[in-house]
Amino acid sequence: MPSGLELLSLSPPGWGGVMLAGLVASLELAVGGYLLGLAIGVGGAFGKLYGGPILRDLLEVYTTVIRAVPELVLILLLYYAGTDAVSQLFLLVGLPAVDISGLAAGIFVIGVVQGAYSTEVLRGAIKAVPSGQIEAARAYGMSPLLTLRRVTLPAMLPHAIPGLANLWMIATKDTALLAVVGFSELTLVTRQAAGSTKAYMTFYLAAGMLYLLVTLVSNIVIALIERHARRGMPRTGWT
Amino acid sequence: MSKETFIMPAYIPPKARSLFEPHRLFLMTVFVAIVFCAAWFMRWDWLPRYGERLAYGVWQTLILLFWSSIVGFLFAVPIGLVQVTGPRPLAWLARGFCSIIRGTPILLQLWLLYYGLGSIFAQYPELRSSFLWPYLRQAWPYGFTSLMISFAAYEGEVMRGAFAGVPRGELEAARAFGMGRFTMFRRIWLPRAIHRALPTLSGETVLQLKSTPLVATITVIDVYAVISRVRQDTFLTYEPLLLLALIYLCLTGILVAAFRFLESRVPTRET
Repeated sequence: MPSGLELLSLSPPGWGGVMLAGLVASLELAVGGYLLGLAIGVGGAFGKLYGGPILRDLLEVYTTVIRAVPELVLILLLYYAGTDAVSQLFLLVGLPAVDISGLAAGIFVIGVVQGAYSTEVLRGAIKAVPSGQIEAARAYGMSPLLTLRRVTLPAMLPHAIPGLANLWMIATKDTALLAVVGFSELTLVTRQAAGSTKAYMTFYLAAGMLYLLVTLVSNIVIALIERHARRGMPRTGWT
Repeated sequence: MSKETFIMPAYIPPKARSLFEPHRLFLMTVFVAIVFCAAWFMRWDWLPRYGERLAYGVWQTLILLFWSSIVGFLFAVPIGLVQVTGPRPLAWLARGFCSIIRGTPILLQLWLLYYGLGSIFAQYPELRSSFLWPYLRQAWPYGFTSLMISFAAYEGEVMRGAFAGVPRGELEAARAFGMGRFTMFRRIWLPRAIHRALPTLSGETVLQLKSTPLVATITVIDVYAVISRVRQDTFLTYEPLLLLALIYLCLTGILVAAFRFLESRVPTRET
């Protein structure tokens, strides 16, 4: 029975390769879910700020419910409901039923959860953009989309980045919850490795290191992005 | 249509809205219809049989939430404090603890404690024969510890900001009154810091409530575990989960309302 670091080696007697594959799956989930959440968030924030009364109320219900119910429960609900809905849809259209890949379902679930949080973050950031800047864009005759692309989004970015960075951290950690529905990301792979070798501590600590590594690297990248987004802003004034 | 109508207005703060605007009445009707459909067309006949166990599960969840938050908060105070005034090594230790716990998923921490530490404990015969063993064999001490540690780390970070944010003048005033360091901490610094942390405390407690169902993965019985049991017994997918979501919604609502009440009890003076 190999022990200690041998268990973590990359080739088959060790589980290192499997764990790295799990890490890659986790990161795919996190990136996909985060981007989907960001897209939902941009739409949701604009809907909340500029939408009609019904849209606003519906978005309010969406963000409140998602933020009040545990992610674990949401993941179970959305995972089953999402895959069910897609297969029903395929049946309706007349296509043969397909297996929805775990990755797609996972990204959908994380994206919907993240969407609620990023809606709130982006709404706050857009509100922090001085209205004079948006009015100036209007006065130049910019269309709404152009205003969005050239003025609102870049101007709100410095206000949004701390919140969005936080959401990215939450996204990387929320991927672990998909272990409960049997998606083989880092945490589930670790559990399998630990279970079959009985070296629980080794594998859980190794997985913890990997997650921590992701966090540390993210922190460095976020600091760079933040510096880039804040260029040309007064150094004092905001904290 | 003129181009004018497409142009996006700058943000206008919405008027205070009442619940009884026409579109809200319409939405509420739709909502009631959905709830009625859910009650009518889905299967709820299992509900009476599990009522008692569900109540027990909710109670367990609340106990876990309450004690892990209280004990976690007691740890968070020193963790925050040493990061502000403590000696360097202690401050580094506290900061490292916070970043490690906040940088890894709580599910992993939970499994590390339960499977990892649990397997190590089992290797020591002295421990197995000690009075602690009946407790260490169960799952809830691990669930409680892991929830408590995570609350301490997240809230420790908040308390660090709260301690650092208490105006210097207030502490100097306490000094000028001749208070000793401990009295100053007890009467001025700590209460003011807790007051500052109160709004975030409510958010953290809601997050903690949302982490409690994870303990069901290590066989602790809480409301989530009861619902999982229902799902296994009845082969229903959606009904138990929807009920569970509703239960958590209510718990979160009650928690937020309780904290709002607590906050309103603390007198503040607008400066």
